[in-house]
Amino acid sequence: MSSVSPSQVEVGHTLPTLRLPAVDRTMLALFAGASGDHVPLHIDTDFARRAGMPDVFAHGMLGMAWVGRLITEWAPQSALRSLSVRFVAITHLGNQPVLTGKVVELLEQEGERRARLEVQMANQYGQIKILGEALVALA
Amino acid sequence: MIDTKWIGHRFPTMRWEVEKGRLRFFAKAIGETRPEYLDEAAARAAGHPALPAPPTILFSGPLDNDDTPAMLDLLGIDMANILHGEQQFTYHAPVYAGDVLEFEPRITDIVAKKGGALELVTRETRVANQRGELVAVMRNVVAVVNR
Repeated sequence: MSSVSPSQVEVGHTLPTLRLPAVDRTMLALFAGASGDHVPLHIDTDFARRAGMPDVFAHGMLGMAWVGRLITEWAPQSALRSLSVRFVAITHLGNQPVLTGKVVELLEQEGERRARLEVQMANQYGQIKILGEALVALA
Repeated sequence: MIDTKWIGHRFPTMRWEVEKGRLRFFAKAIGETRPEYLDEAAARAAGHPALPAPPTILFSGPLDNDDTPAMLDLLGIDMANILHGEQQFTYHAPVYAGDVLEFEPRITDIVAKKGGALELVTRETRVANQRGELVAVMRNVVAVVNR
């Protein structure tokens, strides 16, 4: 948890970085089962190769679930008003996800104070995989 | 090219029960270690009536109802040619283990890019709970890569 209360945030405030272990096949198999996303591109190497990919690759929604963790480890989930992401590049086996976020705007919306966050997931080489935005209500 | 006549198409309403075992499995699969997402007693101690559903698991309701194959069949798209382009959730009320959700998906846009090499199909899904309360709206963009 951050030592900074969301009620005291300012524009430019950064969220604690979330670092994940390298993506491996076990992670993808577990996420396929847990999420119900059984698209074979993520779990069947033969299928992935026939589709022109070098190997299986991470579900976009696995990365987005990590984005959810990044935000809810900073602010309570009950304060999360919206979360949107673009999957800008494929996350490959061996990639070590690094998730970061920062407050880019403070605003009044629907009768409450909110922070707009910019969030992203990159790999260990700094290549961006996910870009997103969230709105979080401030206490 | 995907026929744009499908813009506005509504898929049948899907029901999905939020099972606590599923929430624990999902939490484990995303590396979650906070007790309030894994343990009912800890969830209650944190002020929740039951295990909370993490923000992105709502995506699993339609998946469990085979929404992706249904859409691909309808539009004539090969499973091997799709990528998840964008995903959005807007939250209106919390979701807990034991809730029974109803999903109402519809196609809201179909657009070709790069001279048809890439097509984007957008779906929007309203999610309500067993009390009829709107809990979330999901927006999903699938990219179809035409080789």
